[in-house]
Amino acid sequence: MSGKPRLTYINGRGRMETIRWLLAAAGVEFEEIFLQSREQLLKLIKDGSLLFQQVPLVEIDGMKLVQTRAILSYIAGKYNLYGKDLKERALIDMYVEGVSDLMQLIFMFPFTPPEAKEKNLASIAEKATERYFPVFEKVLKQHGQDFLVGNRFSWADVQLLEAILAVEEKVPSVLSGFPQLQAFKTKMSNMPTIKKFLQPGSPRKPPPDERYVATVMEIFKL
Amino acid sequence: MAAKPVLYYFNGRGKMESIRWLLAAAGVEFEEVFLETREQYEKLLKSGILMFQQVPMVEIDGMKMVQTRAILSYIAAKYNLYGKDLKERALIDMYVGGTEDLMGFLLSYPFLSAEDQVKQRAFVVQKATSRYFPVYEKVLKDHGQDFLVGNRLSWADIHLLEAILMIEEKKSDALSGFPLLQAFKKRISSVPTIKKFLAPGSKRKPISDDVYVETVRKVLRMYYDLKPN
Repeated sequence: MSGKPRLTYINGRGRMETIRWLLAAAGVEFEEIFLQSREQLLKLIKDGSLLFQQVPLVEIDGMKLVQTRAILSYIAGKYNLYGKDLKERALIDMYVEGVSDLMQLIFMFPFTPPEAKEKNLASIAEKATERYFPVFEKVLKQHGQDFLVGNRFSWADVQLLEAILAVEEKVPSVLSGFPQLQAFKTKMSNMPTIKKFLQPGSPRKPPPDERYVATVMEIFKL
Repeated sequence: MAAKPVLYYFNGRGKMESIRWLLAAAGVEFEEVFLETREQYEKLLKSGILMFQQVPMVEIDGMKMVQTRAILSYIAAKYNLYGKDLKERALIDMYVGGTEDLMGFLLSYPFLSAEDQVKQRAFVVQKATSRYFPVYEKVLKDHGQDFLVGNRLSWADIHLLEAILMIEEKKSDALSGFPLLQAFKKRISSVPTIKKFLAPGSKRKPISDDVYVETVRKVLRMYYDLKPN
């Protein structure tokens, strides 16, 4: 029996991917259980493992944690990726919530009907380049440090890198107006734990495909 | 001398209401700036004080905080309503996540047509009584304590009370299968700061009406065509 955290989700990115990123960045190995059928989800619900009948579920330190934000906050707090005081935590929370809003558009994208996909893609590009990336470009420019908050690696850096890469998969030139973010992307990608996560064979999941969408629709009855 | 926090939002509940609740419960007086015109909003946007061009925004302790969750977490921690350690914080975060999801279903409600409101009301009440209330009823039953986490008032209790009252506005007997939640509701409503917030004349906002909906649409130029869940 290992003490490693155990993640229960579908074999794909979805809402669990940010958690995988954060654990990996913190250098924490974890196990995964992949939901493959609706019956499996229903059994978990019946067993009482899912507080609100939903995944992600992360079993960690004797707790069955649900609610993505709660899980991420716990991991960040535990592994010292949450700043040194309340004010740094407030900055990290603001940045992470902003990035999370952008990522929400990415989550939903595979489930949009074909006729709406082009419009949604344009919306992702617009929000990224006009609302979110300029904020972080400015933060980095103003303090001239490598990391977003407190001159130290934090949850905010991990989540921003994840978002940059996710948007780039859809809009390859998205960083073209953002030199600070380009440098940030390179620096963060080269941090040892993150570099490892970005290599083949890591728990990082590939972009959602049709099979992923079909699995999600079947298991969650969407 | 500490300046009072200043809340920037519409004159109505929306996403700011949970922040009003938490500040009030913590005994913190605050001021409000209400968004009323498009011009005012554009001026705010131009000034750069809205980090992601959105409200809620709360000026507090020299920061211009945005993102509802970030603001709530800061206030909870500052006023000792966030548990005593990481594990209690995790429980509070989980419970608040649930009540946030539940109350989230009501955010669009004022913007829906009368017909869609009927559908949404049924949807929300069903979720409350089958998914969310049973969880909190069980938490209280399992530990037998007065508060959700750590035998002490926390953000989770305040958020749950807010959610209960919002659901009861849609179905007055929504708590009928939940005796412990009924007792919880009475108990938390009697906490002096909360009792004061629930009395007339406080900063608590009423149920959103057509004036609110019109103002939001006019200022943000959004939310013209929302659909029920």
